[in-house]
Amino acid sequence: MITIEGVSKNYGSNKAVDKVSFQANDREILVLLGTSGCGKTTTLKMINRLVEPDSGTIYIDGKNIREQKPEALRKNIGFVMQQAGLFPHYNVAQNIAVVPNLLNWEKKKIESRTLQLLEKLHLTEELLNYFPHELSGGQQQRIGVARALIADTSVLLMDEPFGALDTITKSAIHDEFRNLDELRNKTTILVTHDVSEAFELGHRIGLMDKGQLIQIGSPAEMLYHPVNSFVKDFFAGNRLMLEYKIASVKMVQPYLKKQLKAQERIQNANVWEALQFFSTEHTFNEDYEALLQAFNQYRKLQTV
Amino acid sequence: MTEQQSFWEFIIAQHEKLLLQVGQHLGLTFLSLLLAIAVGIPLGVLISRRRTLSTLVLGSAGILQTVPSIALLGFMIPLFGIGAKPAIIALLIYALLPIIRNTYAGITGVDPVVVEAATALGMNKNQRLFKVEFPLAMPVIIAGIRTAAVINVGVATLASFVAAGGLGEFIFGGISLNNSNMILAGAIPAALLAVMLDLIIGYLQKSTLKTLRRVFYILGVILIATGLYFLFSTKPERKIIAGFTPEFMGRQDGDLGLRSIYGLKLNPLVVSDAIMYEAAYQAKLDLISGYSTDGRIKAFDLVVLEDDKTIFPPYYAAPIIKTRTLKKFPGLEETLNLLAGKINDSIMTNLNYKTELLKQTPEKVAKDFLVSQHLYKKANLGTGETIRIGSKIFGEQYILLEMYKMLIEGYTNYKVETKTGLGGTKICFDALMNDAIDFYPEYTGTGLLVLLKPSEKTIAKVSKDSRQTYAYVQREFKKQYSLQWLKPIGFNNAYALMMRRSQAQELHIRTISELGNYCAEK
Repeated sequence: MITIEGVSKNYGSNKAVDKVSFQANDREILVLLGTSGCGKTTTLKMINRLVEPDSGTIYIDGKNIREQKPEALRKNIGFVMQQAGLFPHYNVAQNIAVVPNLLNWEKKKIESRTLQLLEKLHLTEELLNYFPHELSGGQQQRIGVARALIADTSVLLMDEPFGALDTITKSAIHDEFRNLDELRNKTTILVTHDVSEAFELGHRIGLMDKGQLIQIGSPAEMLYHPVNSFVKDFFAGNRLMLEYKIASVKMVQPYLKKQLKAQERIQNANVWEALQFFSTEHTFNEDYEALLQAFNQYRKLQTV
Repeated sequence: MTEQQSFWEFIIAQHEKLLLQVGQHLGLTFLSLLLAIAVGIPLGVLISRRRTLSTLVLGSAGILQTVPSIALLGFMIPLFGIGAKPAIIALLIYALLPIIRNTYAGITGVDPVVVEAATALGMNKNQRLFKVEFPLAMPVIIAGIRTAAVINVGVATLASFVAAGGLGEFIFGGISLNNSNMILAGAIPAALLAVMLDLIIGYLQKSTLKTLRRVFYILGVILIATGLYFLFSTKPERKIIAGFTPEFMGRQDGDLGLRSIYGLKLNPLVVSDAIMYEAAYQAKLDLISGYSTDGRIKAFDLVVLEDDKTIFPPYYAAPIIKTRTLKKFPGLEETLNLLAGKINDSIMTNLNYKTELLKQTPEKVAKDFLVSQHLYKKANLGTGETIRIGSKIFGEQYILLEMYKMLIEGYTNYKVETKTGLGGTKICFDALMNDAIDFYPEYTGTGLLVLLKPSEKTIAKVSKDSRQTYAYVQREFKKQYSLQWLKPIGFNNAYALMMRRSQAQELHIRTISELGNYCAEK
């Protein structure tokens, strides 16, 4: 659990982070969302002391992070960067093994853990001898994630981890990431400017603007109960898609007037995915309309 | 073809000396380079961490780099003496800038994202430096070492000026003796060394870290080997430490004559005349091959040893001029002869001392002297034709030129034009023969050995006695070139062996024979 209390950071007269407080719980992915320059990355980097706050305190599992040496603190925090930040002179195996080597793990333990992660991240073993410049962007980013996960730390920080990827690679990697069991026992904080990424990955979302945390809550709360017009306007552009995405088929099930034909195929999907699927085939036209009606019923109750 | 063969003959005859010089050259280059790496890389790392220091450090290294090498070597003598030590330190200074600058550029040029990644993964400063920054900066750092190595091979030729050996001995000896084979025997290996070092380091630049590590071990061994070599080779016990110019080393009326006629085997060091007086004064050298009228003899309280077996031919100075020119300018001969016999060795030494050490202008020194001799007359506003006087490129000739100018302007109606600083004997003489100048002061010994070059038998015969030498050059110049030697000015600016006065007195040495006896004693 990460607790941030009244943290501020100024660069000259510019307030990069202004009295931000929030908590990130165990086993959750908290997304810090905002436009560039809103202070989200600075806030993230204060948690592993890449940036030192001017005032305020940060606790990890109740311990003030300033009471530890920065190097020791960082070895217990996984970190994924925007451009992967792999070492160009190390091959993939060496890149993944950086932290275990700093922690003096045995060779065998490093090897078996590396292979385990490769499998989970859908990477092949032969990549181990490649150098970063020989990999695609998606592969590099996966290696970056493996490097951050290998020591199985209780905290994982991610700074725009998928920002440099194309849309198709991005959505594939989102799926994998959501289903990654490695994240189950961690507190993960992810920074992004991509609204749909925030909604796809985040259990909770913290929206920041001009160094301040404007609202923090679940995706549904952000959409249906915005605290002010800034929050409302922020999501206005993608609103419809987001609403479909945060509603799962299971949630709208009670409002369905009849049994869907393709019920089994969409059991675990959200409404957006189900509608996408129905719209590809004429035979599902009835299903499409039924689901849409059910969703509209469900939605009416959310905005009350 | 004959030229080429004689070059190979020279190489074969001198191969031992050549190998020694190549060894010394490599030793100097490597030792200074490794020291520069040991100093430069940590400095580069330091300024990459404290950027505020970078301007200061890079600026100072840049300024040191611009100090002319000879001047730098000159500064080194009072601090470090002569031999390998000052040479290595001077070379180290020259190698520093490219190494510091490239280390700094290499480390600050590492992608900040990668550095941040290293920090975020929990590396401390040293881990980051050795695991990330150094490996990534290595190509740039090695490029700096490569530049430094090539610079050092070049500058190491100057090490021969401070008796540190190296290929400069052949190069500068060859230039002084006008011996192209000797120059090439030094210059070609030096160029090859530079190219080879550049290639080897260039290869390393592309190789992996593992090979690099291996190479560093090999370099370490070379360092220790050359270090030991210098430790043992530069300290042979000598009763008298002699330092001779490269030119003196190769001449019959120099070290060769000292060996064959005096039986004097001094095992001398080779130094530049620019620094040898200073080195003698600092007691880094005991015996040097100077010129008998040099002002520094007085300044540094040195004493000239008597050449009791006369191996040094006399170098009496006198103006040389075409017979035709003398007829063209009536009264000129009498005017120039006003100076004849007026300046002896000690007066000339004193005059040189005033210009070289007291920094008086040649005009002032010339005028003061003429006034003291009651020869000075105020200059006429000449209306006649112009006489052009030439001089070689050292102080004594400038003083003589000023005196002749004042005399001509005072005693005749001719106008005077001066052409100072004509490189060497050959240039002055050609200028005279081609009527670019009308006369210049020349030395009888130079006329004999450099211009006439008669057989060795003739040289031996006529060089024993100054009058015979003068008579011989006078006769031969008239015959061969239609040139006149006017009356000698009086002083003899010959080669001379000299020591510190205090040491010479202590050891009771006045002549070269006595020096030989002292050295022969056990």
